[in-house]
Amino acid sequence: MNTIVKETTRAILATLLFAIVLCGVYPVIIWGASQLLFPHQANGSLIEGRDRKIVGSEWLGQNFTGAKYFHPRPSAAGANGYDAANSSGSNLGPTSKKLIDSLRQRATDYRKENGLASDSLVPGDAVTASGSGLDPHISPKNAALQASRVAKERGLSLDDVKSEIAKATDRPSFGILGEAGVNVLKLNLALDAVAPKK
Amino acid sequence: MNSSGWIQLILYVGILLAITKPLGLYLCKVLDVDGQTFLDPVVKPLERLTYKLIGVDPKEEHDWKRYATAMLLFSLVSMLFTYAILRLQAVLPFQSLFNSQKLSAVSEHLSFNTAASFTTNTNWQSYSGEGTMSYFSQMVALAIHNFASAAVGIGIAAALVRGIARHTAKTIGNFWVDLTRVTYYLLLPICIVFAVVLVSQGMIQNFKPFDTAALTEPVHAQVEKKNDKGETVKGSDGKTVMEDQVTDTQTIVQGPMASQIAIKMLGTNGGGYTNANAAQPFENPTPLSNFLQMLSIFAIPSALTYFLGRTVKNQGHGWAVWAAMFVLFFAGVMVAAHYEAAGNPNLTALGVDPADGNMEGKEVRFGIFNSALFATITTDASCGAVNSMHDSFTPLGGLVPLLNIQLGEVVFGGVGAGLYGMLIYVIIAVFIAGLMVGRTPEYLGKKIEPKDVKMASFVILILAFSILGFSAWASVSKMGAPDPLTNQLTDGTNNSGPHGFSEILYAYSSATGNNGSAFAGLTANAPWYDTTLGLATLFGRFAMIVPILALAGSLARKKLIAESAGTFPVSGPLFTSLLVGTVLLVGALTFVPALVLGPVVEHFLMHAGNWF
Repeated sequence: MNTIVKETTRAILATLLFAIVLCGVYPVIIWGASQLLFPHQANGSLIEGRDRKIVGSEWLGQNFTGAKYFHPRPSAAGANGYDAANSSGSNLGPTSKKLIDSLRQRATDYRKENGLASDSLVPGDAVTASGSGLDPHISPKNAALQASRVAKERGLSLDDVKSEIAKATDRPSFGILGEAGVNVLKLNLALDAVAPKK
Repeated sequence: MNSSGWIQLILYVGILLAITKPLGLYLCKVLDVDGQTFLDPVVKPLERLTYKLIGVDPKEEHDWKRYATAMLLFSLVSMLFTYAILRLQAVLPFQSLFNSQKLSAVSEHLSFNTAASFTTNTNWQSYSGEGTMSYFSQMVALAIHNFASAAVGIGIAAALVRGIARHTAKTIGNFWVDLTRVTYYLLLPICIVFAVVLVSQGMIQNFKPFDTAALTEPVHAQVEKKNDKGETVKGSDGKTVMEDQVTDTQTIVQGPMASQIAIKMLGTNGGGYTNANAAQPFENPTPLSNFLQMLSIFAIPSALTYFLGRTVKNQGHGWAVWAAMFVLFFAGVMVAAHYEAAGNPNLTALGVDPADGNMEGKEVRFGIFNSALFATITTDASCGAVNSMHDSFTPLGGLVPLLNIQLGEVVFGGVGAGLYGMLIYVIIAVFIAGLMVGRTPEYLGKKIEPKDVKMASFVILILAFSILGFSAWASVSKMGAPDPLTNQLTDGTNNSGPHGFSEILYAYSSATGNNGSAFAGLTANAPWYDTTLGLATLFGRFAMIVPILALAGSLARKKLIAESAGTFPVSGPLFTSLLVGTVLLVGALTFVPALVLGPVVEHFLMHAGNWF
């Protein structure tokens, strides 16, 4: 009995002490170091528009549906997609009728939007929802297929659009880790700056 | 698998192998109360202060019963601490700083589930982090267990290894010393560096409220018109009236994320700050942050095999255990990467480029290979963080994480938990070897007696009993929340057919295995699921740890016997093969029937074009 009381007291004291060190001092040290060394990243890599209004974060995808914009991947975050306070995938399995039906629709829409033949291959990322529903990237293949539509809508040459795509492409880390992706928000903002909306 | 995948895998294994010895040697010092480290000048005063405040004599060692008592009481107290904070979330002081989103109290059943889940190193989450937990709850109620449960696990593994290494001894260590030293000398210093590196990649670390961004292109959606009472409005033609809903802002999640994610990965906890876990871009911004997170999952478990070899003075044994883990890891990666790259034939038939594989639930920056690799690593270990949605994997790609958990997460495994789990299989393996040659089984100079084998078997049986028992119960009950329209109880699954069963089986495997990843379509935040999953996490942790400590006590007391020609060697390829065989045999015999009903049958149905 004596042991139980003694060890319980220790457990209570240890919990409180660890709470101070690990849940108070430690996060504040990280906060201080990050705000000092990497303030842009630590505060959400925010992108500011004119009059310093926040227009998004480099890391969080946004929805674009207009023909003059590059379109991101389908999203299952929130009711209408790209709800950054509700990150989520579709969680539909490989034999889900709902998944297959929505992919059929998306593939048809994608071909129509971009003037592709009805039997052409559609990039996987263009018709599937990402894990977070906030994927900031599309694959370079997907961007290339959308390029001529955007060029035409904006009255730009295809080469101009392609060079903007290249500027907005995040390459694999050290050239080996991960996959290349085109940051859709950065690309669309850059296009708006080059060729303002008509 | 393409060449880029091979290069990344070789790089990953190469770096893991390179840090195993140095980190293992460091662990030897951390887990020895007299060990001296380069951090002593900074950390020693904090360590002394801790012993003084909680009234511990660091020189005093305890027997297994006292060690277990202290461990259980600490777990109980810290679990109640978390439960209390979650329940009081909305009334604690400094609301404007720590609960700027004005989140309400967490419900009783969800608080129990979450407190049990984090105490047991599971980090199963029936909730979505950004919409449920205040900054204070994340940073204190949850993060304290990310450190403590990891340190407890490493302490238990050290106690078992001491039991194996010692002879005619009564004690196996001091729980408070292990807890303190692992936290201060191992976890905290690595996390301080790791967290800042993660921020450099784009992870957030701040205390400001959520930001609001003005969308460049507002999004229009047609939604059903509702009247003041929340009912849908019908027009004169009887059809539901639709109205245009415009979304012109995006809410950007903020908060102290990096400090929590560093220990979430290093301590193989896996509980996400956000709902989408390591798929959410802030929580895993770049392929480099992804690589480091994967490395941090396996770093300590891999080093512990070196600690084992060093402590029992048989380095070959440590490496043989490492090799067995590596074989199982490699096989898992190969299978998962193959089936995810092969994709879903039903989607290929729609004209989706077959070269892109199964991208549903995966992020572009990680692609197929890094998603499959992450899924294998996170379930080989008891981490449970995810960078892609396992629920949307192909049937056999998703079978790999599920089977990894069911094998007991002994492939490197959770911090500490992986090693003590694997040592249970080692005991069973030498027991089987002993039966084959007709001799009393021996392990490192100790006779393995019926009592020891009973304890090892008990651990294996608890795993099977909890996973299969609860899954069977949930499959024939409706444990989910009621359907909002019909008010009928549901089973909470997001998919029908065999995949729905897989969601339930995965949930109890993950909870019992203290993993925490999910086939996340299952809506588990309902009283019955929360309670049974919470209980499964407690069984999976404590009903295993206590017999393991008893085994440690029993091994420590034994006399050393001389090695003879009939002693089965516990190093070398023969032993590694026997160990791999034992793990697969026990796992297969236990779980194949359930797996056949879920992923295996789904695989054939998918190829036959059956949808649900």
